[in-house]
Amino acid sequence: MKETIEFTLNGKSTSIDVEGDRTLLWVLRTDLRLTGTKFGCGKGLCGSCTVVINKKAVRSCRLPVREVSGKEVLTIEGLAQGDALHPLQKAFLEKGAVQCGFCTSGMLMNAYALLLENPSLTRDEIIKGMDNNICRCSAHTRIVQAIESVST
Amino acid sequence: MEVNNSKEIQKSTINPFGRRDFMKLVGSGIVVFFASESAVDTTVHAAQFRGMRGGATDFNDFLKIAEDGSVTVFTGKVELGQGNTTALAQMAADELGVALDSVTMIMGDTELCPWDMGTFGSMSIRVLGPQLRDAAAEAREILLVLASEKLNKPKSQLKIEEGVIYDEKDRTARVTYGQLAKGQKITRKLEGKAVTKPVSEFTVMGKSITRLDGIEKVTGKAKYTGDIRFPDLVYARVLRPPAHGATLKSVDTSEAEKMPGVTVVNQDGLVAALHADPETAGKAITAVKAEYDIPESDVDENTIFDHLLNNAPSPQQRDQKGDLAEGERISETIFEETYLNGYGAQAPIETHTACAAMDGDKMNVWISTQTPFTNQSEIARTLGMPSENVRVMPVLVGGGFGGKNSAPQAVEAARLAKITGKPVQVFYDREEEFFLTVYRPAAIVKIKSGIDSAGKITLWDYNVYFAGDRGSEQYYDVPNNMIRTYGSAMGGMMGGSRPHPFATGTWRAPGANINIFAKESHIDIMAAKCKMDPLEFRLQNTSDPRMRRVLEQAAERFGYTPAAAPSGRGIGFGCGIDAGTYIAEIAEIELRNGSINVKKIVAAQEMGICINPKGALMQVEGCIMMGLGYTLTEDISFKGGRIFTNNFHNYKMPRFSMMPEIDAFIVKNDDLAPQGGGEPGIVPVGAAVANALYDLAGIRVFQMPLTAERIKAAQA
Repeated sequence: MKETIEFTLNGKSTSIDVEGDRTLLWVLRTDLRLTGTKFGCGKGLCGSCTVVINKKAVRSCRLPVREVSGKEVLTIEGLAQGDALHPLQKAFLEKGAVQCGFCTSGMLMNAYALLLENPSLTRDEIIKGMDNNICRCSAHTRIVQAIESVST
Repeated sequence: MEVNNSKEIQKSTINPFGRRDFMKLVGSGIVVFFASESAVDTTVHAAQFRGMRGGATDFNDFLKIAEDGSVTVFTGKVELGQGNTTALAQMAADELGVALDSVTMIMGDTELCPWDMGTFGSMSIRVLGPQLRDAAAEAREILLVLASEKLNKPKSQLKIEEGVIYDEKDRTARVTYGQLAKGQKITRKLEGKAVTKPVSEFTVMGKSITRLDGIEKVTGKAKYTGDIRFPDLVYARVLRPPAHGATLKSVDTSEAEKMPGVTVVNQDGLVAALHADPETAGKAITAVKAEYDIPESDVDENTIFDHLLNNAPSPQQRDQKGDLAEGERISETIFEETYLNGYGAQAPIETHTACAAMDGDKMNVWISTQTPFTNQSEIARTLGMPSENVRVMPVLVGGGFGGKNSAPQAVEAARLAKITGKPVQVFYDREEEFFLTVYRPAAIVKIKSGIDSAGKITLWDYNVYFAGDRGSEQYYDVPNNMIRTYGSAMGGMMGGSRPHPFATGTWRAPGANINIFAKESHIDIMAAKCKMDPLEFRLQNTSDPRMRRVLEQAAERFGYTPAAAPSGRGIGFGCGIDAGTYIAEIAEIELRNGSINVKKIVAAQEMGICINPKGALMQVEGCIMMGLGYTLTEDISFKGGRIFTNNFHNYKMPRFSMMPEIDAFIVKNDDLAPQGGGEPGIVPVGAAVANALYDLAGIRVFQMPLTAERIKAAQA
């Protein structure tokens, strides 16, 4: 049963008619053509599908899309301001925190939400806050360095 | 210098693609074809695939300078995250004398790129790289000849700067690569006569370059297979058996067929549900009722090793030296141990995915694969289409680690696209990824060795079962040596009888991780028996200068002070050779609630000329971190063909909280061509950690992963 869901997506009011129990991940990736958010495990275990909803990191593979009604959703596509990369994106690039890139969107969105909550993260807080995001290329040390470099 | 024109080329043997009229694709400009060794691989397998393509036997890559001066490298290699795109572009740019950003890499497109066997074995830089440099140097020579004619200046007087050739005595006499390539149709097969730049003249190689695909990856714009979209794209979920070896007895698709918008395909063993929404397709496939015959087997992760030993084929021998009986006779002490490692999964974050779309009588396929050309042939064969009508398109791959040398999902997507007439995407969910991967094989290493009273190794009788011999080669000075390899790492992929309950295959540095774990653990056992410091014991027993250098430099970097193990400090060494690269690692560990916590790893890697130090170190660090997984936590639980490990909650991979301090560095060796970088760093991790455990607690665990249970059992 389709329903109309209205929310803010990357700063723009968005309205879609979809079955409300479909997951946000696949609505983003199919109907909305925002493919930067990735499917990794489907069980909220790896973090590749992480988006930020009302300033909190959320696993979009487990979230029925109707739950974003009236909320602000930020995906990887909305992190840069036009051509100007977000400092976290710049840091990931410069520190070499990216290899295959498949976990990268989720890593960035999770780190972004951590920094929204606390702009002065310690190394231990970064490790704890990022621990449920998995990177198989195992770029962990450089991901931590990148987040540390942006933390104030 | 002779410059061929296109008419001469048409007569020559270079045109390898027959009906595909390859020269038309190449177009105008200046083109140099070249071969990497993988193209002239003489194995029957490779020859078959080349034959099917009516293909080239003499080259498999080319470099083009277009009429606008842009440089493009065409290669069948693919980018898996390892950074070969960036390093290869650096090599081409430097030899040609152009800016890095004027080089475009076209990779893994079976239409545009000549045949390539696949991206594995850390071969992009060490095998393809030197040939690419030669080709670029040859193109530079062609350009210099053209410039000399055009400017009417002697070639010796010409200089190159960022794609411009000028007279060093009169900088106003200048011509760009674009101007020189304009209107040309020059094609040349690499002769290898042009001289490449010495290291001292490198301007782009040897520099730490930020990866070229980085911006698209941090902005979410990077296109992987699952990101390919068509207006009428449908997602297919495929019916999977509950166990390997199961055969389908009956299937009832009626419930799935009733679901709105769902298409069900049931043809020649392929049962799939298709829908525009992948989750609806997923619900539909779970509504399919299927009955299977499942062969019963009691083999599980505990009994597999006896099962494998009981079913081992006769061995292949290598590195035979001296006489084992003599070695035993002259040894003062004999050591015999057995080392084990269970099955493992590659588990890239991007699961196996393929998207197939018919375009007239052609089939375009996007595949998360390490072997696009093999997949092209498989698809063509299955669909009964000519190979040239199947095009595997270039995409980024979200990690491979050996797991994407096999891509059966591509054949499924292509079959379904042909059957339905629609573009179809097949992707594995995580459970399928764990179930359908070709596992790193469970393996056993048995070593019998001996030392004399001075602590010199006198005997090395090495037997590896089912891992293959990579990493087993001897780098210690042993007069009586034998390496026997029982069974290969591959099983099931090619069919035939095999003792594994499911298909096995390649996993980053295939075989080398268990081989180095066994070998380097065994070295420490002998050192401890002599009460000799493990580094001293190694140095005393190897005269290989490259190995000595990485060991000594790692020790220096670590600030290592000698002590016989167990010293209580928790420090362990491991070293190895992989893909031509030498690596030594030192691990420092502690026990936390009975489990190993790795505090620090120092790694010294000598890989010949290092093209991109930053990229190379990213690989070493990634290898170390990933290596902690096979060392400490990763294991597949199964019974017969049933796999119980099915997602990240029960396949424990390294995460941030497992991260040690990693201090990796490159040991300079500019006298040697570049060697492999994607895998060497992972091979000594298991050994270094196991040896650190012995150093800490005087206990040895002979089976990886080194879990708390196994440590406890060893302590008892």
